[in-house]
Amino acid sequence: MLLELQEITLAFGGLQALDRVSFAVPSGTVQAVIGPNGAGKTTLFNLITGFLAPQSGRVVFQGHEIQGRPPFEVARLGISRTFQLVQLFDHMSVLENVMVGRHRLSRAGLLAGAVRLPWTRQEDKSIREHALEDLAFVGLADRAHQPAAALPLGLKRLLEIARALAAEPTLLLLDEPASGLDAVETERLQEMILALRERGLTILLVEHDMGLTMEVADRIAVLNYGQLIATGTPREVQKNPEVIAAYLGTDWQT
Amino acid sequence: MIPKGLLNPWLFFGAAVLLLAGVLNNDYYLTLINFIGIYTLLVVGLNLLMGYGGQISLGHAAFFGIGAYSSGILTATCGVNPWLALLAGLVICGITAFLIGVPSLKLRGYYLAMATLGFGIIVYIFLNEAEPLTGGPSGLAGIPNLSLGGLELNTPKRLFLLIWPLLGVILGLSANLVDSRTGRALRALHESEAAAQSLGVNTARVKIMIFVWSALYASLAGSLYAHTMNFIAPSSFGFMFSIKLVTMVVLGGMASIWGSLLGAAVLTVLPEILTMFHDYEVIIFGAILMVVMIFLPRGLVRGILDLWEFRRYKKEGGSIPT
Repeated sequence: MLLELQEITLAFGGLQALDRVSFAVPSGTVQAVIGPNGAGKTTLFNLITGFLAPQSGRVVFQGHEIQGRPPFEVARLGISRTFQLVQLFDHMSVLENVMVGRHRLSRAGLLAGAVRLPWTRQEDKSIREHALEDLAFVGLADRAHQPAAALPLGLKRLLEIARALAAEPTLLLLDEPASGLDAVETERLQEMILALRERGLTILLVEHDMGLTMEVADRIAVLNYGQLIATGTPREVQKNPEVIAAYLGTDWQT
Repeated sequence: MIPKGLLNPWLFFGAAVLLLAGVLNNDYYLTLINFIGIYTLLVVGLNLLMGYGGQISLGHAAFFGIGAYSSGILTATCGVNPWLALLAGLVICGITAFLIGVPSLKLRGYYLAMATLGFGIIVYIFLNEAEPLTGGPSGLAGIPNLSLGGLELNTPKRLFLLIWPLLGVILGLSANLVDSRTGRALRALHESEAAAQSLGVNTARVKIMIFVWSALYASLAGSLYAHTMNFIAPSSFGFMFSIKLVTMVVLGGMASIWGSLLGAAVLTVLPEILTMFHDYEVIIFGAILMVVMIFLPRGLVRGILDLWEFRRYKKEGGSIPT
């Protein structure tokens, strides 16, 4: 298992955000987490990436417990993420945004950068080349020198993915990547996710677009009010009565 | 058509320094230009922290003061070599900045501003009260001149030939820094700390590094100031001077290396022209700050470039970019 959640529990005051949630993400798969609004999906992402610490339970990545570690350390282990509300570096160029993504893979410090030693020059060149490749992958290469703020929302989401990919993660977490995308863009996103899985990347996905989720996910975990109510293949989950009840209300069945 | 290489601002800078060194012999103007150089050093440092990194410091005059008094006390009182004193100032300032930075930079926005403001006031009070050491409110006199290779830098022209080439180097280092891995991380954390962290940037560490770095600029400026004036007093390092530095950053342009030079130049020359308004200096600075924030929120350099581009777009019949 690449990532394992074991009995994760977190409450905000009286609100049980996550209640003994356990599931595992095998290497090289696309795993989706779905559930109604407020079910704890984003909280789960924040726990995995170190932005929150669980009150109890463990997050195990590649055999190491990582719960409670700060986000930058988690990122350095090879976990990248995107944000539900896009968090770009607006005043930096599209290319520079992606270049920041390679932070964990480069090492020039403040002094080396200020003096611009030959090896930092080389390193910067390689950062730039890799960043351009990642931009090309999401189809943004021709916008490399625009400010990130100038992009429409759909492209901003793609830029965020390119930036996360620049860190060459083992595990990629996508938080509602399709929200705000039109049908064509969603189609492209779907192809992208499948292409990344081909490359061997493991993806954890929170998504409201059921069409997309069912197409790309190998397995789906369903959260409702902080509890894991089902896991399985898309087909299994679709038929699960508890899931249907959570989404449509129990009245619907009777 | 001008070849693009000639538009390189560094060439302009070098040519301007050489030209001034060649033609200018008026001590008053040279002194004024030397002060612009020293203030630019401070403003570039503060701009790295504030304009690029988004961390407000209202106590930057304190680091300037620590640099100046380290040099002043070590040379005038203890008779240490001025260059060694300058290095000692950098070490003292760096350590102080680190100790202040570690707790302060956990704060954000107004709280960070208040913490650095408090630090500035403490240093100011210390300079006034520690009379045996600093000479108190009446100041510290008898600071010797710097000398370089046996040549005593005792005229404005000679100081000019030290300060401005040195400034050129510092501006170059700063421009490199901004465009380096750490510089990108710095600008990134300014816009979204969460996103920067999610990419492996240790934001706390980057903030402290840049805080110390910018304090080192201030210390260097302070040492140069002490040896230029040969006399220092606490009033040069008070809260008002911190505000003046912030005004210089904002006026020239946040996140702009050349804007720092322009901001420092304008606000150094302006009081000389407006000597009759001396008592109202503070009000004038306030007014400038307001007008710039309202009409050119990105500062003079960026603002003027925007106007120029706007005109070009209109000429080409294109639409105005927003």
